[in-house]
Amino acid sequence: MSAIHPDESMARRMHGLQPGEQPVARKNPILPGSSDDGTLSEDPGKRAPCVLGDRSFEDVTNIVCGYAEAKMPKPWLAALTITSSIAALGTGMILYLIITGVGVWGLNNQVDWAWDITNFVFWIGIGHAGTLISAILCLLKQNWRTAVNRSAEAMTIFAVVCAGIFPGIHVGRVWFAWFLAPLPNSNGIWPNFRSPLLWDVFAVSTYATVSLLFWYMGMIPDVATLRDRAYMRLTKGISRPMALPMPIGNDIPLPMLPKPDQLRCLIYGIMSLGWRFSSRHWHRYEKAYLILAGISTPLVLSVHSIVSFDFATSVIPGWHTTIFPPYFVAGAVFGGFAMVLWLMIPLRIILPNFSDLLTKRHLENMAKILLLTGTMVGFAYGMEFFIAWYGANEYEFAVFADNRVNPAKAPYWWAYWTMITCNVVFPQLFWFRKMRQNPLVIWIVATAVTIGMWFERFVIIVTSIHRAFLPGEWHMFFPTWVDILTFVGSCGIFLTLFLLFLKFLPVFALAELKVVMPQSHTHDDH
Amino acid sequence: MNPKELISFVADYFPMLVRKPAPKYVSESGNRVYGMVAEFHETPKIYHAAEIVRDAGYSKWDVHTPFPIHDMETAMGIKTTKLPLMAGGAAITGVIIAILLQWGTTAYLYPTVVQGKPFEAWEPFVPIMFELGVLLTAFMCIFGMLALNGLPRFHHPLFSHERFYKVSDDRFFIAIESTDPKFDPSETRALLEKAGGTGIALIEDED
Repeated sequence: MSAIHPDESMARRMHGLQPGEQPVARKNPILPGSSDDGTLSEDPGKRAPCVLGDRSFEDVTNIVCGYAEAKMPKPWLAALTITSSIAALGTGMILYLIITGVGVWGLNNQVDWAWDITNFVFWIGIGHAGTLISAILCLLKQNWRTAVNRSAEAMTIFAVVCAGIFPGIHVGRVWFAWFLAPLPNSNGIWPNFRSPLLWDVFAVSTYATVSLLFWYMGMIPDVATLRDRAYMRLTKGISRPMALPMPIGNDIPLPMLPKPDQLRCLIYGIMSLGWRFSSRHWHRYEKAYLILAGISTPLVLSVHSIVSFDFATSVIPGWHTTIFPPYFVAGAVFGGFAMVLWLMIPLRIILPNFSDLLTKRHLENMAKILLLTGTMVGFAYGMEFFIAWYGANEYEFAVFADNRVNPAKAPYWWAYWTMITCNVVFPQLFWFRKMRQNPLVIWIVATAVTIGMWFERFVIIVTSIHRAFLPGEWHMFFPTWVDILTFVGSCGIFLTLFLLFLKFLPVFALAELKVVMPQSHTHDDH
Repeated sequence: MNPKELISFVADYFPMLVRKPAPKYVSESGNRVYGMVAEFHETPKIYHAAEIVRDAGYSKWDVHTPFPIHDMETAMGIKTTKLPLMAGGAAITGVIIAILLQWGTTAYLYPTVVQGKPFEAWEPFVPIMFELGVLLTAFMCIFGMLALNGLPRFHHPLFSHERFYKVSDDRFFIAIESTDPKFDPSETRALLEKAGGTGIALIEDED
């Protein structure tokens, strides 16, 4: 550690274990006159550091726990107020749908899957980045994943929560949603195990459960850290009293309630299951983590493959293609990484010290994944079109040419070209190093990709079924206000859950971050 | 798990059911002695200290570290866990449950003609076989790991040592239990001092 560490005042304050304010940010960039933060070196003989600023273990603990312990900045409260209002609106829309019926959506006889399933596939796809980062990158020993895996896994859970809403409510009479479960109905008939829709129920529920367990298991030691810190503050008598935070104005003190640290001791204490950092425990823990990573890798690939079977096993031109499983998986990883970047880049600005743990190298790596998967998705778009022509099925070709691409004939041409622009054209910027090293550019591309990936699902679903074999059946789909507000509401639910996660749980995988720091090596020479 | 281990496992959770053996060592305040802890500040030091304690022949001891240290199993001489085998068993169980569930209901309980396909065709059952196999493996990994670790266990004598709370931040500890046959207050202390430990203290078991 250097003698005059810019964070020394923070470190001293936290050393007394006071419920400190936000740690002081270190000045970036560290190389004067460039935007490099010291991690962008292209020298293959030199490994970029995963944690910047010569941090000690204690610094890292203080930074990460500081987010959960200190008062959140006012912008956080303001954001939570807005997103939770939107979430409440979305919940109201769901209630309205249940009370009134699916007629409040814009579905019609021809287009009987539209925004509901689009939103479902959109959200479930976003979830894939979290599992990819925590599982596949773990197996590939990509150390840089430690900075993003916790928040990406959290994002996965919340995206799957949003995804789970839509198939549940689109069945119409939700009190019959238990028909999805493998149970006999009142006539003794069991669900059809040959249907991809039932496979989907198993795939998505397994995925949600395994992701949740993986996330929780990773958090046990870090929650134990929060528990210990709260307990130490209580025993030293330096705990803050409870206060109701307000987005504007002063906090309202609530001295009659238990102190926040008492609640932390109780809740984090139960959540951490009495973890005491034993090496015998770590040994089994690491083994369990490795097995979970090993089984999550095929799981994450299977989930979106099975989602794509919902479409691919039908006989509708535009859905009935064998390219769907890999195409959907690549699209899911693409959309998921875009969402991770979209959330992380603003956090680097809002939360001080975040940029020491989430370096520009991390952003650049993820931008490269966006470029790779975006190009794969672009290839799939092209191949789909090629096979429609080469397969000489005129119905299939008509779906592409006349329902999607040609502005003169296809009413949804704008959706198709939005998708192409956002998903294929925008990521090509990342061929240029300047572009993929610029957080603002990455954030703009991530926004475009998120929009584009929603349109991809809309294009696949609606443009394929709005014109069936008989022109007499052709119908357009127009979303109603309930359709639109339900989707907006699901975004509110997602962001609300994510904001709560930022405040109450360890945002970084503390124990894993410490492993990738140079001080964790057992021999002094390397 | 041999009977002795089973008794100590039960005693951890239901102390009223098992009469504890008379304490080997009692502290000045009359409490049973749980063991002795020593504190370390750097990763290489704790690694070498673990090797020293291992070579001294102790068996009931543990190293507490804020993060999993690479290759600590070797330094401590821990046998590889049986967790992968258990997870494999869970995977097979999951696949068998899926086969019984799908085949039983589709081919026997209520055979239904769907698209004219044979009732007992196995191909459409593969996705759910895979999913249930993964699900049960994940359950076994996490709950099996916790069970083997004896967690959840919310109270532990080590938590009565105030300095021990720094283990979740940046300190490393070696704890040797008094039930270890080689445990001896003065010799163990000398060993821990030789290994480079500081803040060596006796931990009391309060119950």
